[in-house]
Amino acid sequence: MTVKPLLAFEDVALSLGGQEILRGVSLAVKPGEVVGLLGRNGAGKTSLIRMATRQWTPQQGQIRLEGRPIDAVSRRELARCLATVPQDVHIPFPFRAGEVVLMGRIPHQRALGFETQEDLEIARSAMAEVGVSSLADRPIDELSGGERQLVLFARALAQRPACLLLDEPTAFLDLRHRMDVLEVVRRFAANGGAAIVVSHDFSLAARVCDRIAVLAGGRVVADGLPGEVLSREGVAAGFGVDVHILEAPDGSPVVVPRFER
Amino acid sequence: MKHLDRRRFYGTLAGLTLALLCVALFSLAVGPTLLSPFQVSGALFDPDSSGPTADIVRRIRLPRIALAGLVGACLSTSGVIFQALLRNPLADPYVLGVSGGAALGGILALSLGASLGFGYGAVPIAAFAGCLITTFLLYLIAGRSQRVSATGLLLTGVVFNAFASAAIVFMASLAGMLESGRIFVWLIGNLSSARIDLWPWLMTFLILGLGCAMPLARGLNALALGEETAEQLGVATERARRLLVLATSLMVGAAVSVAGLVGFVGLIIPHLLRLLLGPDHRLLLPAAALGGAGFLILCDTIARTLLGGRELPVGAVTALLGGPLFLYLLRSDRGRMLGASSPSEVRGR
Repeated sequence: MTVKPLLAFEDVALSLGGQEILRGVSLAVKPGEVVGLLGRNGAGKTSLIRMATRQWTPQQGQIRLEGRPIDAVSRRELARCLATVPQDVHIPFPFRAGEVVLMGRIPHQRALGFETQEDLEIARSAMAEVGVSSLADRPIDELSGGERQLVLFARALAQRPACLLLDEPTAFLDLRHRMDVLEVVRRFAANGGAAIVVSHDFSLAARVCDRIAVLAGGRVVADGLPGEVLSREGVAAGFGVDVHILEAPDGSPVVVPRFER
Repeated sequence: MKHLDRRRFYGTLAGLTLALLCVALFSLAVGPTLLSPFQVSGALFDPDSSGPTADIVRRIRLPRIALAGLVGACLSTSGVIFQALLRNPLADPYVLGVSGGAALGGILALSLGASLGFGYGAVPIAAFAGCLITTFLLYLIAGRSQRVSATGLLLTGVVFNAFASAAIVFMASLAGMLESGRIFVWLIGNLSSARIDLWPWLMTFLILGLGCAMPLARGLNALALGEETAEQLGVATERARRLLVLATSLMVGAAVSVAGLVGFVGLIIPHLLRLLLGPDHRLLLPAAALGGAGFLILCDTIARTLLGGRELPVGAVTALLGGPLFLYLLRSDRGRMLGASSPSEVRGR
């Protein structure tokens, strides 16, 4: 039996300001699956995520959420299914970290009214899962970049989405927190969630992701198991960099650039 | 985990309402004729009361207080909305030049009105149009992106204010208003010659403005996380923006056409309340309305009593209080206030 994809890009093309960003991109993520999205800066990784959240509309092709075209899904419904973690944002007002996490409940609430006991429970457990419970009452602008990133991640979990779209979720994190986040992503997938993780860290992506897709020249140039995609030839094709591929004790590839000095 | 619950919401608003009533009562009692609280309440609540005391309270002070309160509430609420929409705690209708645009619209209607044959009724409409146009210009300059430079926005406001003031003086001199001193009403904000009968308009626009903003309060909270994140939380940011720009333009237009250019109310009150109550817009919006009302009533009381028989323009009082605070805010937390952007805000694709 094949599992239906939760989120699928079908032959998608996107141009912005006359410049072609993506063409003929097809990519799908199934429940329980973590897909890593690699590519050079400007390859169109963030664009792909923005199309899924309907920020940008593709000129061609279709994006489906559980089989339905996303144009047919209401904004609120989309917000209950997809959650993103933005790259670090400037937050102009001193909201407390807990209040920020509670904002994840917005798509589940009525316009007026207060957070329910259930909302509070969900926000608390999201914070506990990411390990930021102790920051709950601290103003968000007093946190470090890494802590803020974790709070925003907890906010995405509090949305209780079916699919997480993570745009370099670990960019500002130290190794410990990086591992924490990726463990949460794995647990999320183990519970039936789907995730797309944009990353520049090949080795970490290889360990966490079930599949890896590489964007280059506006297309998906590779899509497969980490061990298949992260070959010396694959990385050279996608990134124009010559690398050594080593093997971690558990068999997952470790990518090290060749560097003469 | 601290958050806004029913008790805190209603408790805070009840407290602020009580404070507002105390300020209003104080203001009713103070003036050239000092009245006791009993005289005030007698004049207010005893239907049979008559004589000079009842006249002072009912005919002179009460309407003026109502007007001051409504103008303050409109300006302060607009301040909160502007700050949320522009994601900048320094945004305020006066600082951004939106009030200046309203005043310019008003003075145009006033000076051209006589020759074109429409009466005073055109002034609020023209002020509203002035607001809308200025806000629209601000957005054109600021652009839709998150990368609005706060410095650029504030500079635009400064320049626009200077331009509007000059244009107001120019129009007024054409209309022969310079000699009468009526021009000061528009340039610095004054309630002494305000038209009392306009209060129902102010009330209507305030209710309309709050009515538009309150259901969107949670969306305004989400907007603090960035426009993209807000949209991904299901907030229709573009629609909210259009609605709220309209609502604030109505409030600011009405306030300016009644009281002229009263500055800084939309800056001081939201800032103080955010310090005291936190930034949650569900509470901040109604609290700003109540706080702005109390603040302007207090300022107007100072304006009409400080110099004995002569009156100060209320705008002078708010500017004297607000100017230094504005500078202090700029200095105290430059990074946050000026919207220092983090490197990663320059997004990849």
